[in-house]
Amino acid sequence: MTAANILAGPANPGSWQYRQLNARAPGLSYLSDALSALVEDGHLVMAGTADLQYSNGLARFAARHPDRFIQFGISEQNMVSAAAGIATTGVMPFVATFASFLGLLCCEQIRMDVAYSALPVRLIGHHAGIALGFYGTSHHATEDLAIMRSIAGLTVVNPADGPQLAAAIKASADHPEPIYFRIGRGQEPNVYEDLPDFRFGKAIEHETGTDLTIIACGTMVHPSREAVRALRASGLSIGLTDMHTIKPLDRDAVLAAAERSRIILTVEEHNILGGLGGAVAEAMAEAGTKAVLIRHGIRDEYSLVAPPTHLYRHYKLDAAGIETVVRDILA
Amino acid sequence: MPTTATAAPAPDPMGADRTLMPAPLTPEAIAHLEERARHVRLETIRLIAIAKVGHYSSTFSCAELFATLYYDAMRLRHGEPRWPDRDRFLMGKGHAAVGLYPLLADWGFFPKELLDGYTRLGNPLGDHPDMTKVPGVDFSSGSIGHALSAGLGMVMGGRMMGRRFDVYVMLGDGEMQEGQVWEAAMAAAHQKAGNLIAIVDRNGYQLDGQVDEVMGIEPLADKWRAFGWEVHEVDGHDVAALATLFRRLKQDKARDKPVCVIARTLKGKGVGYMEREAGWHLGYLAPEDEAAAIAEIMGQPTGLAILQGDAR
Repeated sequence: MTAANILAGPANPGSWQYRQLNARAPGLSYLSDALSALVEDGHLVMAGTADLQYSNGLARFAARHPDRFIQFGISEQNMVSAAAGIATTGVMPFVATFASFLGLLCCEQIRMDVAYSALPVRLIGHHAGIALGFYGTSHHATEDLAIMRSIAGLTVVNPADGPQLAAAIKASADHPEPIYFRIGRGQEPNVYEDLPDFRFGKAIEHETGTDLTIIACGTMVHPSREAVRALRASGLSIGLTDMHTIKPLDRDAVLAAAERSRIILTVEEHNILGGLGGAVAEAMAEAGTKAVLIRHGIRDEYSLVAPPTHLYRHYKLDAAGIETVVRDILA
Repeated sequence: MPTTATAAPAPDPMGADRTLMPAPLTPEAIAHLEERARHVRLETIRLIAIAKVGHYSSTFSCAELFATLYYDAMRLRHGEPRWPDRDRFLMGKGHAAVGLYPLLADWGFFPKELLDGYTRLGNPLGDHPDMTKVPGVDFSSGSIGHALSAGLGMVMGGRMMGRRFDVYVMLGDGEMQEGQVWEAAMAAAHQKAGNLIAIVDRNGYQLDGQVDEVMGIEPLADKWRAFGWEVHEVDGHDVAALATLFRRLKQDKARDKPVCVIARTLKGKGVGYMEREAGWHLGYLAPEDEAAAIAEIMGQPTGLAILQGDAR
């Protein structure tokens, strides 16, 4: 064993899991490749996971930079606290596990060791929302945005796709605060071309409209865009904003949309309490906008178990479902 | 970050930067460490009198550990709390920070005058230590069970940066009941973190009573050994024994096992009525009790005499 891989549990690119990963979740390669790019640009970064290198695709990073990868085993809390310790030495750690475990199991480690200690740790919660489908409601994360958003000093980002995640990771090299990246399962279609413009806290306006503006985040941007296209094609004036940063919220973008549209509809793969809908509600209420707000997402319930695509259809979180929700509102 | 980092000029207690091995452990050196432990106790009494409530006894049990670490074992540079190659010190039992602050001030990490405002509004020094506010505090604490993981992270980060420093993590014995401690213990052995040194302040008490009655933790040494650690048991009030052990550990650069030092201590050590009274986890001394405690600390030798005496 060389000195370099004492730290690591390097992945075997010839393994079945490794090949499955690349075939089934191509979106996840953006995570590993963006981290590799940081290493290759000379940034002092490390990545770690808790027995999920094939779920989050970090096996790809581990194979390329075994000396920068740490396998923590099934000990998520230890991983988060250790990441904070790593960050004190001038190394920027990225640690990844299921969003459900990160946001709920490690909540106090994130608050105490990462955010309260103001250390530049990057937390990556993957398979957020209902992306783990039939694996169980235990694995669904519909609370993480609400939890993370209430932790002072933590930046909360929910990229729409792999390219935006890669851009956000690149931008994070110069971001002094700790960050929570909330991502999907890597099977979502891309919204953006490679390395789109990205600034923390700066929303992206896709369309403007007077009837209704959808403010979406994360995996909901793509189906919202499809829905908006169909709605606009039928003559409705519908806007769309990608609110990739939940905190700090782009208040100006919210209020601009509320100025133009009669109705704001937030769409998130999360409980409608406390996440994107909650953040937008706070901004609109405090400004006293004339536009009304409707929140769409999981309606404060434990999500059902089924294949993810079936769940998206059931909860009207696919393009057709979002289109129906908008038509019902405007009817 | 608040600007408490501007250290006032202060005399270097050791007269030089401590990048080399210390001088031989002479009787004078031992007496100096004992004096520093007394200083920890006296300052603890003085500071808690400002707050009007505090963890005297949890701090007294580790006064000799503080003294030995900060005046013999650790590589530190006076006035340079962020020197990248310094040894690190973390506290799982953050409630004993009141005993640490005077030593950090003595090292010139922040002005001594800050001690006078301990726990007052606007002062960075609270019952539990905050690394973003107090220069010299290597990690914040307050929620028990996180520190060993954070210390392991420092070892890993230091490894990647090519720096070799030692990381000392002081844990309470009640803290052994936290599951995350054992996650970190397993990971540290797996990572061959030879420069990670956990110190268990085995004072026998936690808030609700005797540790072994609240939730038994024995056989403690066997547990750490079973997790792949090198274990040493020592009288936590014998500064000569502590200094000898920590020097030996520092010299062993080839070690690939993390080390657990189980320090047998007395909660409230140095003040008889605290040693004998389990309820002394959190308290406040009336002026006459305070005077008696100071007199006892000033007049009393430290070491095994108390451990073997009428303490329990």
